[in-house]
Order: sequence, then structure tokens, then C-alpha cells
Amino acid sequence: MGENQFFIDSKNLSKESLERKHRLENDPSSRANHMDYLEGMEVISSDIFDKVLGEMNAYDYEQYTAADVRYALSKDTCDVEDFKALLSPAAAPFLEQMAQKAKIETSKHFGNTVYIFTPLYIANYCENYCVYCGFNCYNDIRRKKLNFEEIEHEMKVIADSGIEEILMLTGESRGMSSVEYIGDACKIAKKYFKNIGLEIYPVNTDEYKYLHECGADYITVFQETYDSEKYETLHLLGHKRVFPYRFAAQERAILGGMRGVGFSALLGLADFRKDALASALHVYYLQRKYPHAEYSLSCPRLRPIINNDKINPLDVHEKELCQVLCAYRIFLPFVGITVSSREQKHFRDGIIKIAATKVSAGVSTGIGDHESKYSGQTEADAGDEQFEISDDRSFDEMYKDVAAEGLQPVLNDYVYV
Amino acid sequence: MNQDTFVLGGKEFHSRFILGSGKYSLELIRAAVEQAGAEIITLAVRRTNTKTTENILDYIPEKVTLLPNTSGARDAKEAVRIARMARELGCGNFVKIEIMKDSKYLLPDNVETVKATEILAAEGFVVMPYMYPDLYTARDLVNAGAACVMPLASPIGSNKGLATKEFIQILIDELDVPIIVDAGIGKPSQACEAMEMGAAAIMANTAIATARDIPAMAGAFKSAIEAGRVAYLAGLGRVLERGAEASDPLTGFLRD
Repeated sequence: MGENQFFIDSKNLSKESLERKHRLENDPSSRANHMDYLEGMEVISSDIFDKVLGEMNAYDYEQYTAADVRYALSKDTCDVEDFKALLSPAAAPFLEQMAQKAKIETSKHFGNTVYIFTPLYIANYCENYCVYCGFNCYNDIRRKKLNFEEIEHEMKVIADSGIEEILMLTGESRGMSSVEYIGDACKIAKKYFKNIGLEIYPVNTDEYKYLHECGADYITVFQETYDSEKYETLHLLGHKRVFPYRFAAQERAILGGMRGVGFSALLGLADFRKDALASALHVYYLQRKYPHAEYSLSCPRLRPIINNDKINPLDVHEKELCQVLCAYRIFLPFVGITVSSREQKHFRDGIIKIAATKVSAGVSTGIGDHESKYSGQTEADAGDEQFEISDDRSFDEMYKDVAAEGLQPVLNDYVYV
Repeated sequence: MNQDTFVLGGKEFHSRFILGSGKYSLELIRAAVEQAGAEIITLAVRRTNTKTTENILDYIPEKVTLLPNTSGARDAKEAVRIARMARELGCGNFVKIEIMKDSKYLLPDNVETVKATEILAAEGFVVMPYMYPDLYTARDLVNAGAACVMPLASPIGSNKGLATKEFIQILIDELDVPIIVDAGIGKPSQACEAMEMGAAAIMANTAIATARDIPAMAGAFKSAIEAGRVAYLAGLGRVLERGAEASDPLTGFLRD
């Protein structure tokens, strides 16, 4: 597997900033210990971390054979060992059989429905230096945080399109996007949408409880990679660097009363088979501990960002991504699987017939530019986007395309209580 | 197979046959231990005589773990009382909770069983609750401190086999404690089937007690349970679905 060249220097950084950036990049001793919690970060007692990381570290996918894959595909229920076989290189020749089985599992649990939602980025300020991310604090992009009027305006535009579920996102900056700010945005969203999800920096249980009271009911946190050593080399600065605090975010969200939690690794950052295993086991063990909660998985691959168009998902091609998604579906037939607009139209159209149950539409990963997406007007002071999207279908187009595939588009199946 | 054990209350067991308490006789106990290799034998506290000369305890070999049950209890309070009595009588820390409010079918009361489990587990008992196979109750039992869960296969004494098969399978798949199938197993083949599914052990009584040749039937159960266990560990092959692959492949859209 090759490596991505992540380090990009901006001309606008001061000499001092550049020096610090280079030190962080080149001198591991200049970075904080990524296993140490920072002040104010809640510690919960949990056995999930050791279970997931233990299984992942012990996973030797080369040892699985075609016989293991055939056996896994022949069973009614897929256990952890079967799942490991399905994720292994030995399963590659069985991709079509995996897809057939995944399709059956998907239809058993979801019928032929596909959920459509839209993400809304309300701020792109970030306090972290995550080398692959367009929002990272050293990347020279236009920053913006929507005020409440702008949030309401964006939401109106989105709601008018017919969307009933929204996912609100921020860059990871407590300073610029406080819990109160996000809570207030949730209260506005409640007026326009039936289902509100958040993808924000991890917070403590009491803060999740507060956000739930404000109307949010779904928390998604991407671990990016479950390989702790690799994680350390990619998240060089900021609270996001604290690996175990991020890992426990979904459990805190459940304890805080959220109805559901979403998970993912960013495939392409580290060994994708191990990351896929850990992502699914993270769900699996939490589901056994908190069976009342709802769970979902995403499967983003690395994408180019502003100022670095060469970032790519390395060895995770569409076939590998499809294998991961089929394995997820067979192992966890009841979880929602989201495929974002990081993927191209042909892939999303194909995968919703096999394993995915949720797609985004009308997507912009920039700040304050939904208006332009819908009306064609350009917004001069919009904030820059997090990554390049590959499928820019509007909600209308997506709805029609899903229906044309013989599937039932669904906008909401949920009631906030 | 010698290493294949299961643990209850910190104690390791090799035999996956547990003798139930319904029909007792000296011959049955001897057959269970000698022919079926039982290491756990259930004992109804209400039947332990303290006065007469013949006491069932006298028939049970020392190396066998006694599993007093609370049969006769109609609610959690009564079950707790019987369990405490058993401990007083020197029957050890193991207790099988049986709470029945219906004298016709003798079906377990799941709600009361959870309550009794919570109290007795807190008092240091190794609690083995007999229950109707319901996932929520099973989770509550585990959270209350149960050492295992003992779902019924069909009405007790009915010898009807795995009438609740699908629900027992869910318990096996979802819980981290041993699932011991109790009640209704009427034939060795049914015991074998439950073991193939992944049950940790089988409790039976009537099927052996009512056989024409008790020692022979005890041996048959032993063989069946072992066969089922080996099959489970070996990984059952499944009958492949018929029909060729779809002519229109699902993965034809993939690029790069």
C-alpha cells in the first residue's frame, strides 16, 4: 500500500505557525500523548474499547481461506469469525455471492426502502490538525460560522425541497461552535425537520443529554481509524487527538439518551480490513450492551481536499468498498448503512440495491451555500467545503432515481419522544 | 474434548448433561452419574426429608454439584426463602430458580424470576434461572446477576422437544452467559439438536426416568449431547440453496 502526501504548507501561515506545524509533523515527541484525556473530558468505565481493539489487533486476515468464506456464506447467522472471513482477501472472488446474500438480508430488515437525508454544515472552524481533512486548522480555507438567521434560512431552503431529516455538522471547535450554539441550532431545526442528527466534536454525557433535549436524537462520530498508532500520526494537534475519548463518544451519547449512534472509519487512512472489522465490532459490542439503541454504519473513503487534490483512498477501490459493505450487511443485518456523496452516482445507485439503506442528497460540504445549490445564485462569503463530493444530485433527482431503481424512497420513519 | 468445559459460578464442568429433579429414584441418580456422566444434579428442596430415614441427599455422590431448586415457589419472595433454606441445609451456593403460578402447565413466571435472581445473586448465590425464552427477560436476568439462563424447550414433562427453538436460538446468539436448555427434551435426538444450536448444556429428567431401560437411556443422552456438542464446534455445513446465480449480477456496476 502506498502512502498519501498529506502535508501542505500555506503561504499565509506565519513563520512561527509554520515552524510549529513542521515540528508536529516531523517530531513525534512534540505531540501530546494521544491516549491521555484532556481536562474536562469525561471518563466512563467500559469494556468496549478493550474488546474491539483486542479483536482488531489479533485479526490476521491472510489466514482465511475460500472454504471459510463459503462456510460463512452458507450460514443463517454470521458470527464474528464468519465476518472476519468475509472481510478477508479470500472473499474477493465471492463478491457477487456476498452481494446476493447481503441483498436478501437488507430486504429482510428494510424491505425495499431507502432513506434520503441532507447534511448541513453550520461551521467549519476547527481546532485540530488532522492532516487529511480540509477543515484542519493549518489549511488555508475560507472559514465561516452561520448565525442563527442564516441557519434558519438554510434550513428553510432545505425543508422546502421536501427533506425531513437533517444531519448538522460543524468543524471540531468548541471555541467557535459551542454546545449551546449547536443546541440552539437544533431548536431551530426542530421547526423544520422530523429527525435531527449531529456530527460534531465528541462531548460529555451531560452535554449529549442537553443536545437531546434540544431536539437532536442521533449522534455520528467517525473514529477515522481504529489503529491507535496510525491515528497518532494523522491527528497531530487538538482535542481530536485523544483517541479513547473519541472512541467512547457513542457510548456517552447513548447514556445521554440519544436514540441512535453512527460509526465509521475513514477507509484509506490505515489497513482498511482492520478498520472495517473494528467499526463493525464497535457496533456489535455496543449493541449487545445497549440493545435498545439504534445503530448505523458509514463507509467513507478518503477524498481530495482544498489545497491537496492528490489525496486518494489508496487500496480501497470500489470492489473493496463493496466487499466491506456486503460484509457489514451480512454481519449486522439490522443496522442502517449510509453511503455518502463521497461516492459517485453509479456506485450509490448500485449499492442501494445491495446493502445501503441511506443516502444523502442535495449535499454541500461548504458553509452557507445551499441557497446557491438550489437557486444557482452564488454566495460570495460562503465557507469552503470539507472535501470534494462526487455525487451532486439534488433531493428531487435522488428521489426520482431511487424510485426508478424500483426502490421506495423514505424521508422519515421516526418520531421524537 | 477434555478441554471443552463450561463455567458456572467459577466452577468448571465437563459434562453437559444435568439431571433434573422431576422423577427421582436411586436407580435414576446412579444412571445419571454413571451412564450419563452428570456432574450437576438438581434437587427439589421441598423433597429433602429431614426426619425420615430415607433422604435423597444420601444417594448423591460427593463429587456431584448439588443444584437445589425452588420448585413450589409461587413468587420471588417464596423462591428467595427456599433458596436460603437450601443454603442453610448445606446444599451449597448453587440455586435453580423455579417460580410457577400455574399448576397445570408449570410455566415459569419470568417477572418474578428476575426479581428473585436479583436478590439471590446479591446474596452470593450462583443463580440458574428457569425461564420462558424471552430475550428481554433473559437480558434482565443476566443484568440481575444470573450465572446462566435456562429456557424451556416445551412444557415441562411433555417430552415434546424444541417447541421454542427459534427463541432459544436468539438467546444463544445474543447472550454471553451459558444457555442451558431445560424442560421438554424428550429424546436424545432433541438434546442433540439443542447442542448443535450452541446450547451449553441440557437438563433432562422425565425422558430418562420414564424410559424402559433407565441406564441405557442415560447413556443414549450422554452420547447425543456429546455428538451435538462436537457438531456445534465442528461447524455445521448447511444445505446449499438451489438454483444458479442470478443472470443479472448485482455487482456489475463496480469500476476502478
